Amino acid sequence: MEDVAKRFGKNTVLDGLNFTVERGERVTLIGPSGSGKTTILRLLMTLEELSGGYIYVDGDPLTYAKRGNRRVKLPNKEVTRIRKRIGMVFQQFNLFPNMTVCENIIEAPVHVLGQSKEEARAKAVDLLDQVGLRDKIDAHPSSLSGGQQQRVAIARALAMEPEILLLDEVTSALDPELVGDVLEVLREVARETDITMLLVTHEMQFAQDVSHRVLMFDEGRVIEEAKPEVMFNNPEHERTKQFLQAIL
Amino acid sequence: MSDLFQAVTDYSPYLWEGVQVTLALSGGGAVVALVVAVTLGLCAISPFVVLRVGSRVVVEFFRGTSLVVQLFFLFYVFPLFGIDLPGMWCGIIGLGLNYGAYGSEVVRGSLNAVAKVQWESTTALSMSWSMAVRRVIWPQAWGLMLPGLNNLMVMLVKGTAVALLIGLHDLTYWVEVMRKDPEVGLWIAYGVGFLLYYLVALGCSSGLRLLERRAQRRLGLAPSKTRTTRATAEAVA
Repeated sequence: MEDVAKRFGKNTVLDGLNFTVERGERVTLIGPSGSGKTTILRLLMTLEELSGGYIYVDGDPLTYAKRGNRRVKLPNKEVTRIRKRIGMVFQQFNLFPNMTVCENIIEAPVHVLGQSKEEARAKAVDLLDQVGLRDKIDAHPSSLSGGQQQRVAIARALAMEPEILLLDEVTSALDPELVGDVLEVLREVARETDITMLLVTHEMQFAQDVSHRVLMFDEGRVIEEAKPEVMFNNPEHERTKQFLQAIL
Repeated sequence: MSDLFQAVTDYSPYLWEGVQVTLALSGGGAVVALVVAVTLGLCAISPFVVLRVGSRVVVEFFRGTSLVVQLFFLFYVFPLFGIDLPGMWCGIIGLGLNYGAYGSEVVRGSLNAVAKVQWESTTALSMSWSMAVRRVIWPQAWGLMLPGLNNLMVMLVKGTAVALLIGLHDLTYWVEVMRKDPEVGLWIAYGVGFLLYYLVALGCSSGLRLLERRAQRRLGLAPSKTRTTRATAEAVA
């Protein structure tokens, strides 16, 4: 991300933000609400319009490109091409209620990536195995618990074989006893794959277990950056200490 | 009572003809209205400004002008330009455009009522706008728009009575003929009219209610039969 800015009306959320995530790296974004961490994920997923600056995925500009001194908006087709490499899991699961679990998972692989139904379904079975919900393959999302829905949502995002996975407070909407299963699934994804991950979470133990690096945000800026052991045990910045004390 | 029986027997072939014309206007009008409503409703939420503005203008025009004047226009003015449509066609097109304009607002409202996060999910899966609408948004909006469309359907059935003004022999026309017959009581003529309109409207709305329940079941909004049965069994036990 280079000089990234995001304004909602007159409210500036991000201004001149710069950071880089290496391929295969897992980075956790922490910070008080309103600090801009979710906005970063939403900008990467192109759910928000970038107000300034550039985002590069593996060197390719995502929504805006530099042409000489000008900042030009990229055509939709180009954006879609790059965006296919990014997947996202939301706080509210957002499964499609008009489809079964299997249909939710294979919808985009079949209709966006052009896989055959059989191929996509076979992969869906594997993914559901991975998240421990194979027996729910033909269930309706409304008959699943929040934790199960979120695990299906993870499978759905993985079915697109993203290089980058964005996790936006994926356990915040869950009952406490359902959080564990979802985190366990994500731990396994982190262990078994080399997908680059950007996560926003309040589960500090989880963040410490899976991430390589933690960025502390405040008012749209990275105020501290460290390995998780350091960040959570010996933060340097006063604001980070306050924040961690408040939530732990 | 024998008066009523006599009148109904005498007029039954005519009333039947009237009901058929009313049904044809309702059915044809509904089909045209649905096509118009869906087209305008989708245009209203499309990413293209031209389509959104165009849809707005068309909707405001057909909602804002009198249905009777629209019918007269189709029936009396169009022939001056060499477009001479039969009365039935005028009725179906006029009713379809008018009710379609109202319906498009129901369609637009329902499409907008689908949670914004559903759109976001389609973006996260790189689905195109048309794919998102077709596969995700529309199936959810459909269940939401049926109650509103049902309402309009009932109004359309009763609204077909204006076809009398362009010379169609619909139910209202034959009720009027009955009323003018000195041998038939006033209350009988209008009573029969009430009842027949009510039955046609009831038939249409029951059909749509069925569609509505089916759509909601598919979204998991209404409990399926087996689950209700199981819940009842558990409660009893």
